[in-house]
Order: sequence, then C-alpha cells, then structure tokens
Amino acid sequence: MKLSEIVKTLNLEVFSNEHLLEDIEVVGAYTSDLLSDVMGKAQEMQIWITLQNHKNVLAVASLKDLAAILLINNIKPNTELVEQSEKEEIPILGTKEPAFIISGKLYNLFYK
Amino acid sequence: MNFNYKIKGGDFSAAGRASSEIKKILKKLNVNPKVIKRIVVALYEAEVNVVAHADKGSINAEIDSEKIRITVVDEGPGIADIDLAMTEGFSTASSKVREMGFGAGMGLPNMKKNADILNIKSKVGQGTMVELITFFKS
Ligand SMILES: Nc1ncnc2c1ncn2[C@@H]1O[C@H](COP(=O)(O)OP(=O)(O)O)[C@@H](O)[C@H]1O
Ligand SMILES: [Mg+2]
Repeated sequence: MKLSEIVKTLNLEVFSNEHLLEDIEVVGAYTSDLLSDVMGKAQEMQIWITLQNHKNVLAVASLKDLAAILLINNIKPNTELVEQSEKEEIPILGTKEPAFIISGKLYNLFYK
Repeated sequence: MNFNYKIKGGDFSAAGRASSEIKKILKKLNVNPKVIKRIVVALYEAEVNVVAHADKGSINAEIDSEKIRITVVDEGPGIADIDLAMTEGFSTASSKVREMGFGAGMGLPNMKKNADILNIKSKVGQGTMVELITFFKS
C-alpha cells in the first residue's frame, strides 16, 4: 500500500519528506519503543510506530530500510530528528492516537 | 579493504555512524541486502554498547571477497560475566539510557543471532573486544 494512501486514510500528520509519500510502498507496521527490538525484528518497508523522539530512531530506521516513523500520542518530532529524516529520506508522521489504537487501524488496513 | 572508526562513550547522537558507512560500502560491493542487514544489525548493537557502557572505542572493519571481519575494541568497565551478559534481558544500562529505548538487554543476543561468528573478550576495569565475522555467501 502506498504511504500517501495510508496518510490520507488515517489522517496522519506529515512532519517531513511529504514529497516522498507517493513513492513509498509500505508492507505493514511494527510497534515498539525498544530500539534493539526494532533492530532485531522489524522488516524492511514497515512503518515504525513509537513514542521515541530522538535522532537514534532515524539511525535504526535507516539501517533497517523502514518505510516511515509514526509518532503516537500527539508527539512532535524535535528539529534534529526532522533534519536527520530529510537526510535519510525517511518520512516522519504523527497521530493523536495511542499505539494500540493506531496499530489496530493499520492492522485493519492491511489485513481486513 | 580496511576501514576504521572512533566511538565516544556517551555520545548517542553519533551511534550508528559506522554502521551506516559500512552499509553503504557493502551496498556498493553488491553484497546480498539480507546479509548486509545482518551485518549492520550486529555492528549497530556493538556501537551502541560502547556508547552506553564504555568510555571510548574504535572499530576496525576488514572486508575481503568472502567476508567482513569487524572488531570493536573499547576502554571501559569490561564485562565480568560474559555468559550472564549474553542472556536476553540482562542489562546494567542506566535509567536515562533505558528511557531512550536502549538497555533492553537485547544487544548481545542480537549480535549472536545476526553475525556468523561472535567472539567477546573482556577484562574488568580495562575494556572489551568484540569480534563479528559474517560471510557474504552461506
Ligand atoms: N562494551 C561493553 N562494555 C561494558 N559492558 C558491556 C559492554 N557490552 C555489553 N556490556 C554489558 O552487557 C550487558 C548486556 O548488553 P546488551 O545485551 O547489549 O544489553 P544492553 O546494552 O541493552 O544493556 C550490558 O548491560 C552491560 O552490562
Ligand atoms: Mg546493548
């Protein structure tokens, strides 16, 4: 599914790399706030759902070729994170919802 | 080919720099992307461990046609019981480090799962040497 379609359907906020949304093909999502867990278990082109809002998130997302980072609970990314995401060309998205709700909505998009 | 990087203890903003460089190099060499992933997952965890647990360290990566051999050497507290440290969930990370989402005690297990060969040598009060070897074709 195209990232642009997901952003529209779930009414997500886009904090960076809006111009890339059309070209990113998403295969699913992974929800975790532990960086090693994501390093070990997340798959290429998944959206990473998290409350972690620091630069290391981008390092992990880039090494694992993730599709995007989705910040929950209305968290706004800090400027460092946005700058890094532009360098790495990985969009940062946001939602007001907590992890459980937004994960469920994404689950429905992919598996129902 | 030989590559060297330095790591500063406590400097989380630089963690992952070497992994990212190595990833680019291996991509250029047309190494299988799945193998590249395994290599950088292991290296990232080793980098983060120096940042989180040691004072300073250096990384050396030796690449030939068959494999990559990475050694991560640090000056720091060392590991008293390596078997215990290898246990999933074991961590002595500070609460500040944990809040950032590190310190889940999954780093060494991730290295073991992802590298073909993992060797650790450590002297308490002096430092730790981690060797990660991965073959490009299995
Ligand atoms: N380079 C190192 N220097 C000192 N101690 C280390 C080092 N690497 C690992 N350790 C010890 O081993 C433990 C487990 O490491 P790891 O599995 O990476 O988990 P974490 O880093 O999340 O604590 C660490 O909490 C620490 O006590
Ligand atoms: Mg670790």
